[in-house]
Amino acid sequence: MPSLRDYRDRIASVKSTRKITSAMKMVAASKLKKAQEAAEASQPYARAMAGMIARVAAGVKGDAGPKLLVGTGADQRHILVVVSADRGLCGGFNSNLVRYTRNEVRRLKADGKDVKIICVGRKARDVLKREFAPLIIETITGLGGKSKLGFAEAQKVSDLVLDLFNRGEFDVCSLVYNQFVSVLTQKPSTQQLIPFVVASNENQDVASAPYSFEPEEDVILADLLPKNIGVQIFRALLDSAAGEQAARMTAMDNATRNAGDMIKNLSIKYNRARQAYITKELIEIISGAEAV
Amino acid sequence: MMENNLFNFELVSPEQKLISETAYQVSIPGEEGDVGVRAGHMALVMSVRPGVVEVIRTEGGEKEKIFIAGGFADISQTNCTVLAEEAVPLSALKAEALQNELTRLNEDMGFAESAEEKTRLTKRITIVSAMLSAVKAA
Repeated sequence: MPSLRDYRDRIASVKSTRKITSAMKMVAASKLKKAQEAAEASQPYARAMAGMIARVAAGVKGDAGPKLLVGTGADQRHILVVVSADRGLCGGFNSNLVRYTRNEVRRLKADGKDVKIICVGRKARDVLKREFAPLIIETITGLGGKSKLGFAEAQKVSDLVLDLFNRGEFDVCSLVYNQFVSVLTQKPSTQQLIPFVVASNENQDVASAPYSFEPEEDVILADLLPKNIGVQIFRALLDSAAGEQAARMTAMDNATRNAGDMIKNLSIKYNRARQAYITKELIEIISGAEAV
Repeated sequence: MMENNLFNFELVSPEQKLISETAYQVSIPGEEGDVGVRAGHMALVMSVRPGVVEVIRTEGGEKEKIFIAGGFADISQTNCTVLAEEAVPLSALKAEALQNELTRLNEDMGFAESAEEKTRLTKRITIVSAMLSAVKAA
């Protein structure tokens, strides 16, 4: 049976843990707000960009477009850009993503494809390298960090992807990231970056409007498509950053509540033990007095 | 119903939406020459070079000048959307600070070794010198 002192120490330690988790929860909550705002602020640009590409792409006929649009004609070599968090303590955020990625890689491999991985964020790399170390070609960490996540950082990732593409290192590139559904749910999802997928619902209103282009369609496209990759990556990074904070907030909220429950239980045990100790002493004193 | 000589103008950068309201006239520095836009302009998609966008909100109103570091414009009869990589009101730019940045960038250029670094610097230099000439012209 643990002594009174053990209980006291235990309670003190759980209390300080609770202090930490509740502080982390509050920090995550305020960061979440900022991250969500940033994610929302990036929406209009991404949307306008997608609409514009759909419009320009509609004017390009057949396989004449740039490779970023029509692909290399093959479907053999895949690259996955996996966006995870740099830090842990955010519940299942990273592990869900890693599990999803692992399944995705296995599925592609089962189809006989070559797969390479670019890790953005430390956590995914740490786990993925156990199984897929030879596939990981690059890791980018420390994005966002203390300061706000800027477009320039997404540009870094997209430059890397484009550089590999221009050297003909792969055929298909997809983003794997945690999509921010709500504060309680983040859904691991895949989005194909290269070749560009024109959303089908945008196609309809495109056909009706005759557009002119300055300069020519293919010149604009050659400019737009690489930029769009940066924008898509930026959006995914922001989504993932918001999701990370949301997941951390939820996880820390649970942890704080659990710590509270634990303290309650321990306090009850502590009080019982103390009472038992007092009773025991009293019995000793009384039976001692009776013996005299 | 909107007055028929106005159109919706939007200026967005990847990080935020900067302007979204009606305008009377907007002039945009296109890759192949400046383009003035009013309501009912023909549908056009174009590349934009680094330069100054001038917005006139109402007929006979004041010109509002905003520097953008290149991007794209999507123009239709009733809408004009400019996607800028970076946008700053011209009044927020100071010639002296820009001059200093330009000198510093040129110095960095001398030390730059990798091709990657050089393209990055060249890009930045183009933008800063465009900013500078825009400020001087104003």
